[in-house]
Parts: sequence; structure tokens; C-alpha cells
Amino acid sequence: MSVAIVDYGSGNLRSAAKAIERAARDCGLESAIMVTSDPEVARRAERIVLPGVGAFADCKRGLAALPGMIEALEEAVIRQGKPFLGICVGMQLMATTGREFETVAGLDWIPGEVVALTPSDPTLKIPHMGWNALEIRAWHPLLDGIAPGAHAYFVHSFEFACAEPSHLLASADYGGPITAAIGRDNLFGTQFHPEKSQDTGLRLIANFLNWRP
Amino acid sequence: MLKMRVIPCLDVTDGRVVKGVNFVDLIDAGDPVEQAKLYDIEGADELCFLDITASSDQRDTLYDVVARTAEQCFMPLTVGGGVRSIDDIRKLLLAGADKTSINTAAVARPELVAEAAEKFGRQCIVVAIDAKEAAPGQWQVFTHGGRRGTGIDAVAWAKRMAQSGAGEILLTSMDRDGTRQGFDLALTRAVADAVPIPVIASGGVGNLQHMVEGIRDGHATAVLAASIFHFGTYRIADAKAALRQAGIAVR
Repeated sequence: MSVAIVDYGSGNLRSAAKAIERAARDCGLESAIMVTSDPEVARRAERIVLPGVGAFADCKRGLAALPGMIEALEEAVIRQGKPFLGICVGMQLMATTGREFETVAGLDWIPGEVVALTPSDPTLKIPHMGWNALEIRAWHPLLDGIAPGAHAYFVHSFEFACAEPSHLLASADYGGPITAAIGRDNLFGTQFHPEKSQDTGLRLIANFLNWRP
Repeated sequence: MLKMRVIPCLDVTDGRVVKGVNFVDLIDAGDPVEQAKLYDIEGADELCFLDITASSDQRDTLYDVVARTAEQCFMPLTVGGGVRSIDDIRKLLLAGADKTSINTAAVARPELVAEAAEKFGRQCIVVAIDAKEAAPGQWQVFTHGGRRGTGIDAVAWAKRMAQSGAGEILLTSMDRDGTRQGFDLALTRAVADAVPIPVIASGGVGNLQHMVEGIRDGHATAVLAASIFHFGTYRIADAKAALRQAGIAVR
């Protein structure tokens, strides 16, 4: 099985690649994990992972700066329905619009906006950084084996506000509920970092590798 | 609910851990990767490598250590010591670090923090502040491993760094470091209350009650310790249990 991790100059791709390799090995899958900025490689891959850290606008610009990449992703993910996993800002990029510093159009794959975290308790620190417990909102194959209350590692100041409540799959509490995982059809995204979330994260990645949406 | 973090810190020089862990079950107690794996299994919330040589000719060894650790530990890894430029940060991130900590270089050229945050995102830019009490309720920033005073007020500096784009402050009390007398709680609280970003308390942990105090009284959201873990006095689980007993949410 081939998995493309899209490299558009954002984030720690090595940890994502290593975690996917490890999860594949653990479930006995023969896999080719490719960290790539080549749209052709992304288009041909059987599964696609879009990581991302930093600001929404920067990440969108970085992705758009790879000629043909957004078109290749649209082709593979939207038209061909290949399994897609967005991580952190890679998840946020699926939104209609991002409102971090400036208003920027997202990929518009899952309706919603990326907005600043506004915890009800003003003493809560931003970024929301560290391990938080997941509340599962709806069953999903990628959350299989992940118990309610399992911990995942978050680091972010903005969150995905879903326009359609059924797209919200998991949340966490940080001065009110915040979006932890979203999805529809062959699309899945996590605000937390599965590649940094030890067993919970490896389980989610293994579920992604075995997913047949 | 967000859990308070316990972060063991390993001092690394020339690819080896300096303060050795006396864990008997390690094949090679001086290998940072072996120790990282153990802390990972024990439930540490993050891991911190501090390169205490930080001379440029030994940087490649550090990148190798970071890369090998990232292959085996699926937890956040912060690397600091001798980080001077955007290029240094990039190399550490590419090797597998999740965050880099900047100290002396931020004082020498404060714009570096803003540039780094813009380039890599503020979540991976930790500003390390070494502070020493100058007068009651006043602390001064020191650089070069605590050897050089700067005359800069630590609280004001922390605020400026938070505004510049630091995602987190790693705050070490020079007065307490190595004393095992506990954190400088007044310093920790002064900084934690002044900035909107998370503060990691460091310097002086001698027992588990000190960790409780750092969070409860110092208002830190993470506690970092080196020697109490290195020498096997306490394990990560002991620290978590003590925090939990004090009513502090931990993983």
C-alpha cells in the first residue's frame, strides 16, 4: 500500500512518516510511505496524509505554491475518494475559510471555519498545549479501539468550527468543548497529533491504514 | 480537561547523556535514545534534550540522536542548547524535534523568535529563560548557560517573547537550579501570571511536593526535572501519583 505525506514545507514530516511506518509494521502491512511535494506521486498514492503546523494562511500559501498539488489532491481525494487524513493545520485546511490573522479560503472540503480558541476561563493558556482527553461524539472506523477519555497531544490556538454538526466526531474540553476530530465520507482530520500521541495515536494511524471508506 | 505535564530533561553532550540514569534495566545507560524509550514507556508527557556542549563540530551527533529518538518515541520532543539560527531550527525539526528551545540567541537577537515563529509556527518555538533574583520580587535574565547577566528583567522579557511569537516559556531559576530546594515559586508565578502562553517550571526540584508546588502555587502548566529522574530517586509514575493526589489533573 502506498501512502503519500504531502510535503509543502510545513511541519515535522519525519515524525509523521515514522509513526505511519511503525503503525504499518505493527499491523503487518507492506507499505511505501512517501514524503512528497510531487503532485503526481500524491495523485497515484492509495492514501494521503496532509500534516501541517503553523498559521493557516502560511500553510495554505505553502500548499498552493506547489504547482498542481491542490488539483492533484482534489482529483485523488474528492473525485476518486481515496482515504485522506489531515493532521492539525492539515485538518484545518479542509475548512471553507480560515480566520487566523487574515481571512483565507481553505480547500472547502468540509464546511466550516477555522477560528480562534476562546476558552470560557480567561486564565487558560493559549496555545492549548499538552495532553487532553477525547470525547467521542460519533462512532467512526478511525476511532475504533480508542476509548472515551483516551489522551491525545494537542498544540494549537485555532480550531475547526464545523458548519454541519454531524461532521464533528470527537471533542476535548478546554474551557468549553473544542474540536478534536472531524470527518465525512473518505475525509478525516485530527486537531491533535496522532504521531505524537503514543499508543492512542498509533492506533488511529493503524485504523487509517486499514480504512475502507 | 488539559492535563498538567511532567517533562524529564536529558543533558546530552557528544551524543551521550551526561548525568547518567542508574536504571538497571537499560542496556546502555549513557545512550539518550535508550533513556528516551524508557521515559516514553513510563508515561512522560514530553521529553527535553539539552545539548550542553553545543559546539558546532558536534552538532551532527545531536541530529543523529534526535533522529534516532524520533524513530522510536511517539511523544513530543524539545531540543535546546546552541540553537542560534533559523537554519539550526530547521535542521532540528527535520531530524525529528517537535520544538526547539532558544535562549542566548533570543537575547542576542530578539527578532530571531519572531522570524522562527513565522516560519515554523509558534508551537515549536520555546523561549528558555534563565533568571536570577536581583532584588526581592525582581529577577534578571542570564545567558550563556547562566554565566552572563543581561540586566533584562525576566518578567518583562517573558512578556516580550510571548508577544514576539514564543509558544511556550521554559523558565529556569538559576538560584535554585541544582539545589533540590524546590522551584523559585515567586519567580514562576510572576512569569506565569504575566504571559498568556504556557510556562514550564524548571530548576530546583528535589522531591515530588516541589512539582505539586510548581503547578499549584507557581501557576506553571508543566514541570521539568532532570536529576530526580536521572538518579532514579523517583520515576515518572511517582510524580504523576503525587500530582494526582494533590488534585492536579494528570494523564
